[in-house]
Amino acid sequence: MTAAMRAPLSILPLRLDDVVFAAGERRIIDRVSLTLDAGPRTVIVGPNGAGKSVLIRLCHGLLQPTSGRIVWNSPELPGEPRRQAMVFQRPVLLRRSALANVAYALKLAGVSRVEREARSHTALRRVGLDHLADSPARVLSGGEQQRLALARVWALRPEVLFLDEPTANLDPGAVLEIERVIEAMHEAGTKIVMITHNLGQAHRLGDEILFIYQGRVLERAPADQFFKRPQSAEAARFLEGELPWQT
Amino acid sequence: MANISRRIFLALLLCVAAVTQAQQKFITVASTTSTEQSGLFGYLLPIYEKETGVQVRVVAVGTGQALDIGRRGDADVVFVHAKSAEEKFLSEGQSVKRYPVMYNDFVLIGPKSDPAKIAGTKDITAAMRKIEESKAPFVSRGDRSGTHMAELALWKDSGIDIDQSKGPWYRDTGQGMGPALNSAASMNAYILADRGTWLAFKNRGDLTILVEGDKRLFNQYGVMLVNPEKHPNVKKELGQQFIDWLISPAGQKVIADYKINGEQLFYPNAGDASA
Amino acid sequence: MNDISHAAMQALQLVGGADPKLLDIVLLSLRISITAVVIASLIGLPLGAAIAVTRFPGHHAVVVVLNALMGLPPVVVGLAVYLLLSRAGPLGPLGILFTPTAMVIAQSILIAPIIAALSRQVIEDAWSEYRDQLRSLGERPLGAALTLLWDVRFSLVTIVLAGFGRAAAEVGAVIIVGGNIDGVTRVMTTTIALETSKGDLPLALGLGLVLITIVLVLNAAAYLVKETAERRFG
Repeated sequence: MTAAMRAPLSILPLRLDDVVFAAGERRIIDRVSLTLDAGPRTVIVGPNGAGKSVLIRLCHGLLQPTSGRIVWNSPELPGEPRRQAMVFQRPVLLRRSALANVAYALKLAGVSRVEREARSHTALRRVGLDHLADSPARVLSGGEQQRLALARVWALRPEVLFLDEPTANLDPGAVLEIERVIEAMHEAGTKIVMITHNLGQAHRLGDEILFIYQGRVLERAPADQFFKRPQSAEAARFLEGELPWQT
Repeated sequence: MANISRRIFLALLLCVAAVTQAQQKFITVASTTSTEQSGLFGYLLPIYEKETGVQVRVVAVGTGQALDIGRRGDADVVFVHAKSAEEKFLSEGQSVKRYPVMYNDFVLIGPKSDPAKIAGTKDITAAMRKIEESKAPFVSRGDRSGTHMAELALWKDSGIDIDQSKGPWYRDTGQGMGPALNSAASMNAYILADRGTWLAFKNRGDLTILVEGDKRLFNQYGVMLVNPEKHPNVKKELGQQFIDWLISPAGQKVIADYKINGEQLFYPNAGDASA
Repeated sequence: MNDISHAAMQALQLVGGADPKLLDIVLLSLRISITAVVIASLIGLPLGAAIAVTRFPGHHAVVVVLNALMGLPPVVVGLAVYLLLSRAGPLGPLGILFTPTAMVIAQSILIAPIIAALSRQVIEDAWSEYRDQLRSLGERPLGAALTLLWDVRFSLVTIVLAGFGRAAAEVGAVIIVGGNIDGVTRVMTTTIALETSKGDLPLALGLGLVLITIVLVLNAAAYLVKETAERRFG
């Protein structure tokens, strides 16, 4: 059961109105307007420095726009449990056991102590880490740590899950495991918004693609269409591998 | 880990509890460093405590500071050796009565080489004049202590205006008796000291007693109860009990019995009304 | 060299002789400094963490002042506390001047800024690493401060030890507010000062060696506990 089914109103759709994010003179996000609806898995691609990380951080509330508006359908109020979550490229875990890390997130979400332990174990089992429940989180391998980060958000059942290149530092075996968990969350009702550099992954996991270039959404299309027939010249060059960095 | 943390926390709580004050009866006496460092209190107070069950807590500082502690009401009794300062204390109403207790004497210490040639002089004022004339190094307490005030009085008696005469030879250190003796030992300088501290002093270097016995080197000790009317917190019964014991035959005998290397340091004279 | 070897022998004699008076002085020193460090930590750790995770007008000034307070001269703190606790002062009626309690208060004031300033730095460094993730999970700044305090606990051990070291080593504050009363407020450092002023330098140095050894042993024990726990928790 997702948060969406518990709460009276879903936080989606998310609407960005003419959002600008500037650092000094430079516009990292340059007048982006879009709407994210529940349902399709949204994958964000683009060259390095295009502004993808900043974009999802703006959506998630970690950054404030310089101008423009970011409006959720049902706003989250401070002090209430969060209904969206984020997984970062490098997992940030507390110096506690794996189980305790998941339980910590549940505590912040207001879950009672009795329920916390059970749900934490369930989440760990879902990502295949329950046998390491009492291990210190920081001695786990890179892949295990990222799986733990996913277990953490799995337990929270967020309505929206942002992911910033979650498998960039992992070996292929770990990558597939992570993708399976993301898949499962999508099937359970969580809206997926993911940044990736791995075009194969983008094709595997994405329903729609957002192509970001120089702080603007240059293209937005269903995945098949984007990869077979990109509309813009920049997208075409990007897919050819000729645009690794934003110029 | 949680278990160990809990145990450490409990241990720390016990530390905190243990630091709280003792429940035993006690009085606070402000006295001087020279009296403390002579070892008299270490000898006398345990005897008093055993007899009466009252703990005497001595804060040992210079005479000026000891009387100031009395003025602030932070002590119940003051026990110092500077009659003029004590009489001033009385005139301020900070105490009601002064009791003479005992005396010891000052000695003039100096290097064996004795550049001012004063060894064996019977007249202390003559010795002080010779020191000033020869500009031999001289260490002064400079801290408003009883010893310092006695030294200043002796310069005056010798006809010397020390404020005018002092120069690089006169080292005003602002220290207690022990540290001042340390300085004198390292500088090979002359210094006026109370016999008690000198006898207990171990770091003598090249120093020795050069002049002693002149009546003007007398050092009288007096004890006073801090005025309970000015400072209601003063433990007047317990304080007076200590004073009464000091001047009683029993207390006076304990004072006389205190010796270093078989030598008596203090001469009880509570009966001497002019002291 | 003669004085030092003399002092070393004195130190061994002192420890070997297990003089009960010396034991009392050592225990009192430890009780006072440990209590002071506990109080200073209860104040300084949350304060440092709170300053690390919050921003407000004048934040820079607060950090600068806090860092500067690490250099508070012990004798000045002693004087200030003396004037506060004296019968002639505002807290006179408490009657705690010339007691171990006054010494604990003075030392707590002395080392709280050290603990606050150092923990502020450690927490601020950790906050930059954890900030996005904790905010993402819905943690508020002050809750984050507590979470971070627990997470960087191994670094905090070193900070607390620094505070304890400063407290156990100082003499200026405790001699003024304690009065160096024999059997009541005489601690290791004030005893060393007393023996020095009496001219018994080998004894003073010997006591100094004893004090250093005790602090060394305490530090070694704390280090072992920290290492063991760190290996367990990563």
